[in-house]
Amino acid sequence: MKFSEQWLREWVSPQLRVQELADQITMAGLEVDAVEPVAAAFSGVAVAEVVGKQQHPDADKLNVCQVVDGSGEQIQVVCGAANVAIGQKVAFARVGAVLPGDAKNGGFKIGKAKLRGVESHGMICSASELGLAEETSEGILVLPDDAPVGEDFRAWMGLDDHTVEVDLTPNRGDCLSLKGLAREVGVLNRLALTAPVIEAVSATHDETFPVRVEDAERCPRYIGRLVKGVDVTAATPLWMIERLRRSGIRSIDPVVDVTNYVMLELGQPLHAFDRDNLHGAVVVRLAREGEQLVLLDGQQIALGASTLVIADERGPLAIAGVMGGESSGVGPATRDIFLESAFFSPLAVAGQARSYGLHTDASHRFERGVDPRLTREAVERATGLLLDITGGEPGPLVEVFSDAHMPAEREVTLRAARLEQALCKSLPSEEVQDILERLGMAVSTTEAGWLARVPSWRFDIAIEEDLIEEVARIHGYNRLPVRRPAARLALRPDNEALTPLARLRRQMVARGFQEAITYSFVAPELQQALLPDAVSPRLANPISSDLAVMRASLFPGLIRALEYNLNRQQTRVRLFEAGLVFRGDLEALEQTPMVGALICGTRSPEGWAGDRDRVDFFDLKGDLESLMALGGEDDAWRFEPGEHPALHPGQSARVVFRGEPVGWIGALHPAVKAELGLKTDVFMFEVRQEALTHGRLPAFEPLSRFPEVRRDLAFLLDERRSVQSLLDCVRQKAGEWLQELRLFDVYQGKGVAEGSKSVALGLTWQHPSRTLNDEEINQLVDAIVAESQLHLGAELRG
Amino acid sequence: MDHLPTLVTEARQAIQAAESIAALDELRVRYLGKKGEITAQLKSLGKLPAEERPAAGERINQAKQALAEELDGRRQALAKAALETQLAAERIDVTLPGRGQSSGGLHPVTLTLERIEGLFSRIGYDVAVGPEVEDDYHNFEALNIPAHHPARGMADTFYFDATRLLRTHTSPVQVRTMKEQAPPIRIVCPGRVYRSDSDLTHTPMFHQVEGLLVDEDVSFADLKGTIEDFLHAFFERDDLSVRFRPSYFPFTEPSAEVDIQCVMCSGEGCRVCSHSGWLEVMGCGMVHPEVFRHSGIDSERYKGFAFGMGAERLAMLRYGVNDLRMFFDNDLRFLRQFA
Repeated sequence: MKFSEQWLREWVSPQLRVQELADQITMAGLEVDAVEPVAAAFSGVAVAEVVGKQQHPDADKLNVCQVVDGSGEQIQVVCGAANVAIGQKVAFARVGAVLPGDAKNGGFKIGKAKLRGVESHGMICSASELGLAEETSEGILVLPDDAPVGEDFRAWMGLDDHTVEVDLTPNRGDCLSLKGLAREVGVLNRLALTAPVIEAVSATHDETFPVRVEDAERCPRYIGRLVKGVDVTAATPLWMIERLRRSGIRSIDPVVDVTNYVMLELGQPLHAFDRDNLHGAVVVRLAREGEQLVLLDGQQIALGASTLVIADERGPLAIAGVMGGESSGVGPATRDIFLESAFFSPLAVAGQARSYGLHTDASHRFERGVDPRLTREAVERATGLLLDITGGEPGPLVEVFSDAHMPAEREVTLRAARLEQALCKSLPSEEVQDILERLGMAVSTTEAGWLARVPSWRFDIAIEEDLIEEVARIHGYNRLPVRRPAARLALRPDNEALTPLARLRRQMVARGFQEAITYSFVAPELQQALLPDAVSPRLANPISSDLAVMRASLFPGLIRALEYNLNRQQTRVRLFEAGLVFRGDLEALEQTPMVGALICGTRSPEGWAGDRDRVDFFDLKGDLESLMALGGEDDAWRFEPGEHPALHPGQSARVVFRGEPVGWIGALHPAVKAELGLKTDVFMFEVRQEALTHGRLPAFEPLSRFPEVRRDLAFLLDERRSVQSLLDCVRQKAGEWLQELRLFDVYQGKGVAEGSKSVALGLTWQHPSRTLNDEEINQLVDAIVAESQLHLGAELRG
Repeated sequence: MDHLPTLVTEARQAIQAAESIAALDELRVRYLGKKGEITAQLKSLGKLPAEERPAAGERINQAKQALAEELDGRRQALAKAALETQLAAERIDVTLPGRGQSSGGLHPVTLTLERIEGLFSRIGYDVAVGPEVEDDYHNFEALNIPAHHPARGMADTFYFDATRLLRTHTSPVQVRTMKEQAPPIRIVCPGRVYRSDSDLTHTPMFHQVEGLLVDEDVSFADLKGTIEDFLHAFFERDDLSVRFRPSYFPFTEPSAEVDIQCVMCSGEGCRVCSHSGWLEVMGCGMVHPEVFRHSGIDSERYKGFAFGMGAERLAMLRYGVNDLRMFFDNDLRFLRQFA
């Protein structure tokens, strides 16, 4: 909400400069976002009267005018505006004036000039030339007839004023008006308010328009008044336009301006209907599902059954408390208007505007709560202001009122002990009572503390904590004590076998990876390309189509990050990410923490040592194995050849932990690579965090004092068989004293038959309590060889 | 006998001329070996008259010893020269960079989250996490934000359907914790949160850390103390001014926004603080009784405070990052700066 400093000072004027005032209300919880001057700097502009006007001899569009500016002489000035006329009061920039604009040169200087041969001593200004209108004005600014000739225009207009923009929290709907802000400033400065005098308007005829409220719960009070014979083409007075402008509202026509003005002044939104377009009666009721309404902004909507509308006997005219309709709106031809001032309950309006994609000044206020006692005052104020501008004949007020549905008067208890405990400070009883009373509460003391009756404008105060906050706020948060919480020192359980995620991250960092954080929502096309079968939730209102579906894998985000870096000449990329992936539809959604990584480019950073090799599957596998090793449960992990749509079928493995598949590792599938336009080989893995964090507590085994026995065995194995199958087979027959099974060579080529590979294994045995003899080792080796031949067709290499 | 001096001179010259240990070994054999020339001299002593033998024997032994020393000296000289040659040959440029994988680095948001978690876990807070796809109840209702409450407009929410959404804050984790755990509760909840907002100063995803403490006799003063301590520790500035401004969150009452003296200009006023000298860094307040009610905690007996902060904002202030969006570009040139 924006307001003018001067306007506020008419209500209440503390001895504070505007910035001090802004700081004061900010520290009271009304956060000031900006304090701006209402007009750019200018000088040398006076109120003047046009006393002569003649056509310029050599220019059709120019007039040669004579003005008097109080200096005693007539001044000749050439004016190009079409609307200039004798008798007008105008803003006249004298020779030597400096106008806004041309900021580089400190303003636009007015000098003597000759226009088409005629001398001009100054300039008659338009609103935009004075920085008082954003758009270029049509013609000069015409001042009211009572503008005092000779006065400094800036001073007379009160332009040394500020617009203060305050960002109100949703609980402080009571401050969405000058009246409410002034009340708050009064509380903070212990000042009484000077409210404008609002008198009831006497009806000059007794015609009314019937009002029927069918939903008194949503609309406990509705007041209407017929004003006949208004002239909507009349001009809104400059002072009102200025106040609206300084509050960030543009002048439209006198009726709209007056309703806006009263809303700003008192906080009560009003609406005006064109009487000629009302049929039968004004009916306040819930909409019927699907009823159509064309709004003032031209938008056609289908109403929902929970929406309160103002209707007549033909159909809906307006969404109550939100926006009027086009058909019943006031226009230049309107003669009679029906002015509405109503109290709609916050719950009746809440969410309605948003459900139609609307947000209006009225809905903003009604949702937060408009003082139900303002209804009548506001309509009287609006009528009075309107009659001054548009003329017309006011009728009597029609009021439909249901006392039973008005917001209940609330009384809230504040216990002194509770207040002291909450704030850690004992405030004098008088101070507490004083604060509550200044806030408009009727306070009585009780044995335990105070009982406060909440004023009608404070919808946010309902419980004791609300009062505690008010006392703390007005007393000043920063005057309250500071202490450190006390707690019992209790140790908490700590599972040593768990590897914290932080440790996994550091391992990746040690292996040369940078951590990435990518968005949890990704482009559906990318996810589709990588994981055609993935099901993951789709956002109903994504911020862009690129970020529309929840990631079912870390791969899409890592690929995007890769692309980003490849496009910036970063050819060696090592990224990892830890985060949730989302799998399944909403009803059976799994949100699984994963760790994923991606590498491409050279194995080593570019350097003098000459390792220019490019990374391959085993580089990344080594990185992953280094994570697995942290858990101390190496034997629980397996890599099984498997097919994943994003991965090369011959270079991908399912990662298995304790018999459960927990992830994937592999080369990006060449077809996917081509689809994504990637030229480089990319290797990726992603594994459930849970598997990587779970491990085993170390368990000591005594060291044997007896010698080890080592045998090296080289097998010829069908190249399609995995080394893992041979290792499993060997281990199965190697007996319980096998200490280590090491793979030390894999060879294909000369000396090895086509279609075979040579696999060399080193086996080490050791017995804890005796020396193993050759005979028993030979038996084991024989069993290993026989088993490998039987199951895998593996031959011992000669 | 008379040619002994000649023999010694010749031997000395040969020793000095030897260029290798092997050559020295040959000379030792030639002169001092069992069949060596000096040894032969000793053997020929028997041919001398008895009275000449002692003197001649002494001369020969002296010559033998002199040659042995000569040989050792030359051997040492050669060994020394050989070592020097080796050392010279093995000289490397030690300024060349080391070999192998260079270290990577953690994301600055992770650094910030870990720092915050660390500060709080050291004084007895646990780290709690929860789902990111949440339901309306945990993200709003249980936090005293009923449907159509104007506060729902405070954060633009990503929805999947009428009731499922991406959490807009990590507060649902507090609700879940309070439902599962009896007081005293001390947790911090770090994690990703989502709001439908994207411009220079907003990304649709960012990170929050929220904290919650529930116990008997917890006051606003405890909240103030905790926040001040935290900010002083986080920025490593004990003199950092901290102020509390009344504000509004549906789930706390009283509520406050926390400002710190601008860390860029020390409160002098700069672009970062919009020339106010203050930076808004956190929100906080005392847990609203309605939130306790939803979580089944007796608000007459227990009090609590909660606070929340944006990790990116703190990371920007701490590391001087001037563009929020860089956090999610994952540009290696950016990420490497935080190694």
